[in-house]
Amino acid sequence: MKKQAKPKLAFFDFTDCEGCQLQIVNMGNSLLELVKLVDIVNFREAMSEASDDYDIAFVEGSISTDNDVKRIKKIREKAKVVVAFGACASIGGVNGIKNLHSLELAKKRVYGEKSDKVNTIKVMPIQEVVKVDYVINGCPPYIPEIVSVIKCLLLGKAYTVPNYAVCVECKMNENVCRYEKDEECMGPVTRAGCNSWCVNNGNRCYGCRGLVDNPASDGQKDILLKYGLKLEDVLKHFTLYNASSGDKYEQSFA
Amino acid sequence: MSKVSPKVYSKDVKVDVHYLTRVEGHGNIVVDVKNGKLTKCEFQVIESPRFFESMLVGRSIWEAQHLTSRICGICACGHSLASIKAAEAALGVEPSDEAVMLRKLLLYTEQMDSHILHIYFLVAPDLLGVKSVIPLIQTHRPVIETALRMKRMSDYAGEVLAGRHIHPISYVIGGLTQLPSREGLVKLYKMMLEARKDGEETLKVIKKLKFPKFERPTQYMSLANDTEYAMYDGDLAVNGRNKIKAKDYKKLFTETVVEHSRAKISTINNKPYAVGAISRFNNNGAKLNKKAKEAVQELGLKAPCYNPYLNTAIQLVEWVHCLEESIVIMEKILGDGLSKKTVVSSWPKRSELRKIKYKPNSGVGCVEVPRGSLFHDYTINNKGNISYANCVIPTNQNMGNLEADMRKLVPELLGKRTQAQITLDLEMLARSYDPCISCATHLLDVKFVNGLPNAHH
Repeated sequence: MKKQAKPKLAFFDFTDCEGCQLQIVNMGNSLLELVKLVDIVNFREAMSEASDDYDIAFVEGSISTDNDVKRIKKIREKAKVVVAFGACASIGGVNGIKNLHSLELAKKRVYGEKSDKVNTIKVMPIQEVVKVDYVINGCPPYIPEIVSVIKCLLLGKAYTVPNYAVCVECKMNENVCRYEKDEECMGPVTRAGCNSWCVNNGNRCYGCRGLVDNPASDGQKDILLKYGLKLEDVLKHFTLYNASSGDKYEQSFA
Repeated sequence: MSKVSPKVYSKDVKVDVHYLTRVEGHGNIVVDVKNGKLTKCEFQVIESPRFFESMLVGRSIWEAQHLTSRICGICACGHSLASIKAAEAALGVEPSDEAVMLRKLLLYTEQMDSHILHIYFLVAPDLLGVKSVIPLIQTHRPVIETALRMKRMSDYAGEVLAGRHIHPISYVIGGLTQLPSREGLVKLYKMMLEARKDGEETLKVIKKLKFPKFERPTQYMSLANDTEYAMYDGDLAVNGRNKIKAKDYKKLFTETVVEHSRAKISTINNKPYAVGAISRFNNNGAKLNKKAKEAVQELGLKAPCYNPYLNTAIQLVEWVHCLEESIVIMEKILGDGLSKKTVVSSWPKRSELRKIKYKPNSGVGCVEVPRGSLFHDYTINNKGNISYANCVIPTNQNMGNLEADMRKLVPELLGKRTQAQITLDLEMLARSYDPCISCATHLLDVKFVNGLPNAHH
């Protein structure tokens, strides 16, 4: 067998804030390790060179224009491995809120009478358009999880995203439950893997990693009732990150 | 450079840079010169539109900060703070002096973070004649190590103060959800003291770089106040005059939608204006601290500065200023400790949430973020939900000014520089503004439309 060349890694961004790519820049020593193992061939935020020859595509951002659809399909054709990187790419993220209003209204609100010049379509996570091999959740992605996924990817192994609630990690971190503190929290239905990052810092969970496969809807409803919450109050929180996977939460709360 | 007859330089030039690199977001530069006459000169923002201002409508004012920090990964803290200030103005919430002090600290450290990213990773490769920072790892290793150390310090500041720098966690309406740990603060303080040396090294690097010579005086807008080099608070000043309350920003400048760009373009008195480090320096340079003034001397800068390429050098002056201001705040915090009173929950307690009586009201929050004055403007209804939102982004405000610079620069270069050189000059000009295009849609490609047959590379 020929000596293996380093796999070529490319970053692509769609509709988003580019914070996920910045997390890569912020990886510190892990980044120095990473560049020993792969060749970064496309990183527009940091490099002027661009290459069309790559093996692994890290894709951040949501699909929100016709051109985005064409572009992501091309990337899928070229890349051996496609990674949905961050909340916008993996679940639509905050961009999905746009889907709650009519597109015409959204365009008018932002661009006024010239709104007809603006090309925009329904917001979609990338796997609604192409097949995705790995998913890195979170807004922003949690660096230790980025490292875990990259390890699996380079070893050719599957990465299993935790399918239990943020509460599990939160308990391990000995946080006082937000509900006990007279607050609300998306932790009970949100996919773990972030080490309850936001709750550790005194805030609540906002659901940026998407819902677990089988959110314990009955249990969550019991909690809501126990703490005197109205379902409509909490449903609002579900749309912050998960609006473009709307059918899923409707099912859960039907 | 070989001497060539001016005739080699065609009178027809087309620049067409599709997807400008080493900027945050996607933008094109398109320039068309026919028979020596400039017919087209545009900076096109082509990022997919994000619709934040529409997304905010109907959301609770209490989630505005969380949502709008997602406008931008680089200045997420700046967006958070502008949002918090706007929400507090609309709700009538007064933050404590301590909360304001901690906000300034976060803002200063974000300025440092972004400026270092821009100076070393985005601009320096041009001035050192390479395509990215990666070859510099081999050729300029100590410089890159300095850059990484400086970046790590400000990243760590975000981590200690707000839980993380990208999309900060603990800074919310009324205060912080959690105080920074003493252990973290002690470590951060030490890193800041050590960073002084890296600042001096960076000064040496910047001093050696040759910035293109070009001048075009324009209108320079920034916050200004009587007590300090304004970053967190103040009134709006243009060329040191015309002070107007930040909440009345709509009386000062007008935003218009242009066809070639997804970003809106702003003007003051129908003329473009500049925001960012150069404007802050021109308006408030006298209020820089001692160390920053020394850096000004060292770099041979003088306010007012009319060369947009020097924005990068001024960013280093601001880095020095922000570091020294941060050190002062850190010493106060470590000496006096922080009060538990600064700790609030991210939303009102659940049992209070439904009892709050909201008055329909508007609020504007303005802060200086790395690229200039950032405005968030919200109107809330009697349920505490947002009924109107407007976010005015520095990059949009700079775009008209950048195009005006390009219109002056291109004719000055015709006959002297090849198409490839003009393209690079224009890319560097756009990069010097440090455009943030994710924000602006709320970028860059240079397009020369006619190919230059005799262009020398």
